Amino acid sequence: MTEFLFFIEVVVAGLLAGTMYSLVALGFVLIYKASSTFNFAQGAMVFFAVLSFVGFMELGIPFVLAFFVTILLMALVGLATEKLVLKPLRNQSEDTLLMATIGLGFVLEGLAQAAWGVEVRRLDLGIPDFPIQWIIESTGLFISALDVTAGLVAAGLIIALALLFKYTKMGLGLRAVADDPGAASSIGIPLGSIMLMVWTAAGIVALVAGMMWGARAGVQFALVDLALKALPVLIIGGFSSIPGAIVGGLIIGATEKVLEVYIGPYFGGAIEGWAPFVLAIFFLLWRPEGLFGEKIIRRV
Amino acid sequence: MSNKPVFLSYTRSDLTNFVVLMGLGLAVIPFLVQTDYWYSSILIPWLCLSLAAIGQQIVMGYAGQLALGAAGFMAAGAFALFNLELRLEFIPFPINLILAGLVAAFFGILFGLPSLRVRGIYLMVATLASQFFIIWMIDKFGWFKNYDTSGIITAQDIVIFGREFTTPMEMYFVVLVVVAVLTILAINMTRGSTGRNWMAVRDMDIAAESMGISLLRTKLQAFAISAFFCGVAGALFAFTYLKSMEPVAFDIKLSFRILFMVILGGLGTINGAFIGAAFILLFPVVLNTLGNEIFHGMIDATIISSIELVVFGVLIIVFMIYEPLGMAKLWENIKARFKSSRVPDPTLVQTRKNT
Repeated sequence: MTEFLFFIEVVVAGLLAGTMYSLVALGFVLIYKASSTFNFAQGAMVFFAVLSFVGFMELGIPFVLAFFVTILLMALVGLATEKLVLKPLRNQSEDTLLMATIGLGFVLEGLAQAAWGVEVRRLDLGIPDFPIQWIIESTGLFISALDVTAGLVAAGLIIALALLFKYTKMGLGLRAVADDPGAASSIGIPLGSIMLMVWTAAGIVALVAGMMWGARAGVQFALVDLALKALPVLIIGGFSSIPGAIVGGLIIGATEKVLEVYIGPYFGGAIEGWAPFVLAIFFLLWRPEGLFGEKIIRRV
Repeated sequence: MSNKPVFLSYTRSDLTNFVVLMGLGLAVIPFLVQTDYWYSSILIPWLCLSLAAIGQQIVMGYAGQLALGAAGFMAAGAFALFNLELRLEFIPFPINLILAGLVAAFFGILFGLPSLRVRGIYLMVATLASQFFIIWMIDKFGWFKNYDTSGIITAQDIVIFGREFTTPMEMYFVVLVVVAVLTILAINMTRGSTGRNWMAVRDMDIAAESMGISLLRTKLQAFAISAFFCGVAGALFAFTYLKSMEPVAFDIKLSFRILFMVILGGLGTINGAFIGAAFILLFPVVLNTLGNEIFHGMIDATIISSIELVVFGVLIIVFMIYEPLGMAKLWENIKARFKSSRVPDPTLVQTRKNT
């Protein structure tokens, strides 16, 4: 029985940690949906956003204000990216755009470190990274409060985004742009402001993801490498699907924890580093478009 | 298709280039440069990384497969050579070096398999798996490191036909000869049917396939040869530059640096690999020197390394927008300007690659 409980515990911890991957993947999906660009810089945006947030807090700006100032900053980053990087590269191949966003990622990482320094910062959100007492008492499971919060925040963000896309005029415009940018702009949908909104949304998601990761592991450069794990999440979920990002994150989170705990010890541990990527390869062989992605059709 | 061995096809200008470059490398540089610093900190790493960049160039610039795991294959080559030298010491060093490259090539084929089904970012993720997996494997299985727990494993001395190559200048000669031989091989491959097939697949794989080019064969061949180059480069890098065996030296950051060398140097050119490697290697050195000389250490070293990241990133974006063919193309443009006074050479006018 205790073994079964332990298994449940591992899976739950994995699922909740997976929501953090989902958050990073979500920002990626938003930009992909709107502009068909693989934004490799999303991981760097997570790092940039949370480091700026912590930096603002250190300057004495209160929590809520720092949050909004950071969002404003991310909107500016999005605006600059759109104008300076993506616009000149319109109609170029996907590979070219991907390489440009790799460059963008390095710019953001460098700027963040030049502005705020390289030392590891602690980020205290007031949420302890300890098991919640009443869950232990009622079920015997050890589940961290931070994991639960991350899960709830992710769920909240996803619901908000889904509502935004479904019921607002902006959301309708966004879906039109995602479908066909040319047609959308010809019927008077403001492409510029739609893109600004998408980048801002991606910036908010990046900030929240960074805050969750930062609260657990400290705000540091390693966040960029952690964010790389959002890539297998996207492959499993599909690049253009918000539910896909969530489910993909949960699958990766749970699988890597289970593998690490039950199989890892036989190989000296730390298989978390590559297990998601190998899992992604198997998914690619089985379903290259991902669980929720649109079928990839290539025209000759 | 000609059946001539790849080594035997060359033009007259190739021959002059070769003689001039080798003369420069084997005679002029050793005559002019006497300080060890130049050999061990500039020339040796430059040649090693150029070789790795050629590997990346083959798979990415020629075969058009977006792979990001060169450092993983370098690590495979480095540790293969370490173990071969350790366990099969009766085999001469040059043969062990080739075997080390073949070990890396095996991994190249293994992790190149996903390229048969996916492309673009999907492939990039699949190749990232190789990067993380290979480093992890070396780190976790003591056998690869000969159960050394001290963390610092010195690479063996290079002994070729009973002669030891231990000083920086001697090691430089070894590296130079290996890199020269492999570069000629690469140039000939890219000009021959092998390279034509790679480029056909790069420009449009479906069209290539319908013309009878086997995608399976061509793609896996590109991955294998690319990994072979990276493996040899990694082995040389560990034995002549690092002089120790440490998996950490081959982390994802090195893969990114090699990717940058190829992108900035110019996709689809062998020259570009050398130019890109020189730039990526020398730029931080120049930046540090400038920081020390002009600002006398007033600027923090971490700030300088951050500026380095920003500059690389900005350059990539700028090159993608204005000159996707990189620095090698800029160099061609400059040469073209001096060659013919007014009329541009039509063969040099290349259109932007569109897909």
